[in-house]
Amino acid sequence: MLKNRIIPCLDVKNGRVVKGINFINLKDAGDPVEQAKIYSDGGADEICFLDISASNENRDTIYEVVEKTSKKCFVPLTVGGGVRSVEDINKLLNCGADKVSINTAAVQNPEVIMESSRKFGSQCIVVAIDAKKNQKSWEIFTHGGRISTGIDALEFALKMEKFGAGELLVTSMDKDGTQSGYDIDLVKKISSSVNIPVIASGGAGSLDHLVEGIKSGASAVLAASIFHYGSYSINEAKKYLASKNIPVRI
Amino acid sequence: MKVTIVDYNSGNISSVINSFNEVAGDKVNIKITSDLNKIKSSDKIVLPGQGSFKSCIEALKNITGLVETLNEFAINDKKPLLGICVGLQMFADIGYEETETKGLGWISGKVSKINNLNGKFKLPHIGWNQINIVKQSKIFKGIENNSHMYFVHSYEFVPNDINVISATTNYSSNIVCSVEKENIFGTQFHPEKSDKIGLKIIDNFINL
Repeated sequence: MLKNRIIPCLDVKNGRVVKGINFINLKDAGDPVEQAKIYSDGGADEICFLDISASNENRDTIYEVVEKTSKKCFVPLTVGGGVRSVEDINKLLNCGADKVSINTAAVQNPEVIMESSRKFGSQCIVVAIDAKKNQKSWEIFTHGGRISTGIDALEFALKMEKFGAGELLVTSMDKDGTQSGYDIDLVKKISSSVNIPVIASGGAGSLDHLVEGIKSGASAVLAASIFHYGSYSINEAKKYLASKNIPVRI
Repeated sequence: MKVTIVDYNSGNISSVINSFNEVAGDKVNIKITSDLNKIKSSDKIVLPGQGSFKSCIEALKNITGLVETLNEFAINDKKPLLGICVGLQMFADIGYEETETKGLGWISGKVSKINNLNGKFKLPHIGWNQINIVKQSKIFKGIENNSHMYFVHSYEFVPNDINVISATTNYSSNIVCSVEKENIFGTQFHPEKSDKIGLKIIDNFINL
């Protein structure tokens, strides 16, 4: 039976982790390689890096980080943030990323998804959808949630599936950072409408939230703070999910 | 010992390279190349593969003499070869991804889309799934039955002779996820991304 995945996400800025594991015994709390290794040794099913570097020059540092991490971590590595073109995707894959997550470019230029999934295979193309609830539906935002698009999240999800995305990383902007749980309705709506796996993101603050995310139809749950601040280890999270009859790899 | 990872523009092979480098000791020389002479003189070769069956076969054929060199290596010389993901699928006679495409024909069978029971199962089959070892393959030395491996694929290899199957995994049905036929080995899952247990499989292959 296919197991549900738990994916810790690390925010990386200028080659350093800015929101990461807050453990005292780390030699260097800002080293992405070291933190990714701790997570993969702890049973993370996949590691996600989100590059939040402000300028293009600083974005180059992510390549070095990915290269070093992929030599130490032997679980899938997904990298997102600032990915604009097929060439950017190619560079990240060559450095050792297994999947690339694309947000703004997927909205502005959806052909990037079609072209890259043909070229590199759907398995490595993740479309990141940042959605905000309005009255009845959800609208997608780009540029790290700063710019509204007027595009309906569900319609966009279906379009991205058609264009060749292998997975959808669905983040609720209303919930992100609140630690009050995923936007369950959003996860349900999208995962029941598409035929590709959905990763729930934004809002996980407790282990029960992870359970809810999976029960809403997500194939995987992404979380940052509950792991970073040492509230729970990946292993504790998995054991908890297993106790709630959710299939996980232990 | 020389182990060569065949670089034929089949997509991202950096993870395969990293994992083999991690496992290889001092006595093992890992090379990444499309040079036919270097492939011929290798002791073992690895055939990775990402993207579609069709695009991988086309990429193989784009390098003049590569298919013949691989045939000679695997069929005539019977030296060990490991195919990963689409690398395994290409062993088949025929594949049906995008369009009907002829495979290498090393292990008789076809590659067709996973029957997802009208959308009941999501595709691609992405994530960790347990393998059911049905035949003690040499690459499974020290690997426990029901170990978790990392998968990402929408197509499955259906061999004609079930005796070549060394493991299956359950996803809507029992999918063939590992084969062994004499010197030819293949895994549908990605040992290079399957943590320590996956590295053990790579180690087993290197130490054959």
